[in-house]
Amino acid sequence: MDNQSIKQPILEIRNLKTWFPIKRGIMARTAGYVKAVDGISMHLYKGETLGLVGESGCGKTTLGRTLLRLEKPQKGKILFYGKNLLDLKRKKLQEMRKRIQMIFQDPLTSLNPRMNVLDIVTEGLVEYKIIEGNNEAHAKRLMKEVGLDENSIYRYPHEFSGGQRQRISIARSISLKPDLLVCDEPVSALDVSVQAQIINLLLDLRDSYNLSYIFISHDISIVSNIANRIAVMYLGKIVEQGPASDIINNPMHPYTKALINAVPTPGIYKKKKIVLKGETPSPSSPPPGCHFHTRCPEVMDICKNIEPQESKTGMRQVWCHLYR
Amino acid sequence: MSKKLLEIDKLTVSFETDEGVFKAVDDVSFHVKNNETVGLVGESGCGKSVTALSILRLIPSPAGRIEKGRIIFGGKDLLKLDIREMKEIRGNAISMIFQEPAAALSPLHKIGQQMIEGLMLHKNISKKTAWNIAESWLKKVSIPDAGERMFSYPYQLSGGMQQRVIIAMALMLTPDLVIADEPTTALDVTTQAQVFELIKELRQSHTSILLITHDIGVIWEMCDRAVVMYASRIAEEGNINDIFSKPAHPYTKGLLKSVPKLSTETERLMPIHGYVPSPFNYPSGCYFRDRCPQAFDRCKKETPRLVDLGNGHKTACFLV
Repeated sequence: MDNQSIKQPILEIRNLKTWFPIKRGIMARTAGYVKAVDGISMHLYKGETLGLVGESGCGKTTLGRTLLRLEKPQKGKILFYGKNLLDLKRKKLQEMRKRIQMIFQDPLTSLNPRMNVLDIVTEGLVEYKIIEGNNEAHAKRLMKEVGLDENSIYRYPHEFSGGQRQRISIARSISLKPDLLVCDEPVSALDVSVQAQIINLLLDLRDSYNLSYIFISHDISIVSNIANRIAVMYLGKIVEQGPASDIINNPMHPYTKALINAVPTPGIYKKKKIVLKGETPSPSSPPPGCHFHTRCPEVMDICKNIEPQESKTGMRQVWCHLYR
Repeated sequence: MSKKLLEIDKLTVSFETDEGVFKAVDDVSFHVKNNETVGLVGESGCGKSVTALSILRLIPSPAGRIEKGRIIFGGKDLLKLDIREMKEIRGNAISMIFQEPAAALSPLHKIGQQMIEGLMLHKNISKKTAWNIAESWLKKVSIPDAGERMFSYPYQLSGGMQQRVIIAMALMLTPDLVIADEPTTALDVTTQAQVFELIKELRQSHTSILLITHDIGVIWEMCDRAVVMYASRIAEEGNINDIFSKPAHPYTKGLLKSVPKLSTETERLMPIHGYVPSPFNYPSGCYFRDRCPQAFDRCKKETPRLVDLGNGHKTACFLV
């Protein structure tokens, strides 16, 4: 990696906002917004994995989908190799999409049940006119790449187990040799003994294809096994981000602390349990001030009214009044 | 602590499908003592949920059939009871917490109505008394504005709140045994932590829990003993310290190694090789042998029996 590529992130997100309107009444006028992604900035370097952690409804999936322009953001910039994806017209966008691919949580619903594996994994290659249809050699190569039997290319998705299906969708996603893979909960639907296989496969492919990942998961322990950097989301905002080892060893934001503490760790008796009170508020009406103040064990008066600004220490950013 | 509350003896359950008959539970025996929390852990399809459903005789029939075995609870074989006697047990002596709270609650009835139903049925009390008891239990599971919430419909509550209602319903009849089938799998991690604290807190001294989960971390947090199931059979059984510090079965070892732990660097995990076999083509001998790093000739020919290693630590493996 030369200096230039170290300095220049392949992906940079600036103040991204994806809001969904809430329509009310017969005139369907917009009564408010669900601020699923509310002013997020982050960046990603070549060959790096950014883990995006948060609980259901925090906006992590919406953020991932927005990156592929599957959702239309209200505001902000998504710079991919310096070009704003949001300005691209149809044709240019098509070209760009080749370089950003996505893996979804449930491989059964993301694979077409009427297509055989050969057609599934080479669909992208055919679509972009890189190969003619029905190319066995390419399909076999991809199958081998993800550790599946080369001779099963004429089988259909339902003939495979969950872990094998996820391998098929990974094969499809790497077929166009993308730069960036957005993985949305890629192992959550799988059995524990198979989860580790898929994580290892992703680690191998990262090295052999020089891929960058955005790895979205609700499980911080899985993320910690694959990510170089971690961003923790709560109600549409990032509350803390930084190098994975810093976040795990020394979480700063009270929410990150609670998330890490809530992971059941076999073999370790926890000295102190952090059990958060209450529930995540609805993203359509987040509380004023710091969104986390209603559940925060270290809440102060200032948190209830004033939104915390970013505080930066080294590579770490945290949005919390405790670190002003 | 020593008295056996529930004893499952050589339970075998089979299901008939279009593709043929398969055994979901194969010769499974274990027990739950008074005031004990036992974890039943395994991956999808290992038969853990079917075992739990068999206890309450909730196996969908005619597809499913309890082929043989006994389920002794309070001196009686539950499999020999008639429907009327079984109804007395369900909810009253043994209650159940399901994985998906939204599916376990009726969407058409108010929380209060659903809660008092069981109370009135089993305790023979007036509607008013039942209502008061139910309301006090909603308070105990820390639902804010319990009085008003009694009039809410399930959809008006979040998943965590719904699971609290289910827990209140399961505990308010002070059952001897609570069967919890993946009670927190549908919930967020921080909500999971809340629910576990709640279950621990509310457990009366004589209540035993049979906790079914795929998450071995949950077993560590909650249980006194664990039963590890793999492909319809028991692979290992023992108290928590034995299971975690000196696992004897290669499957348990593999499971413990493959669990992603909080890690400060990206390192390769140690997965178990291969996939869980389909129940229609389990290998001969030991069902784990295709994936086992230590398999040898004998594993192909014979089915390993559970061997006692002392202190109630048992495993079904020829290596010991």
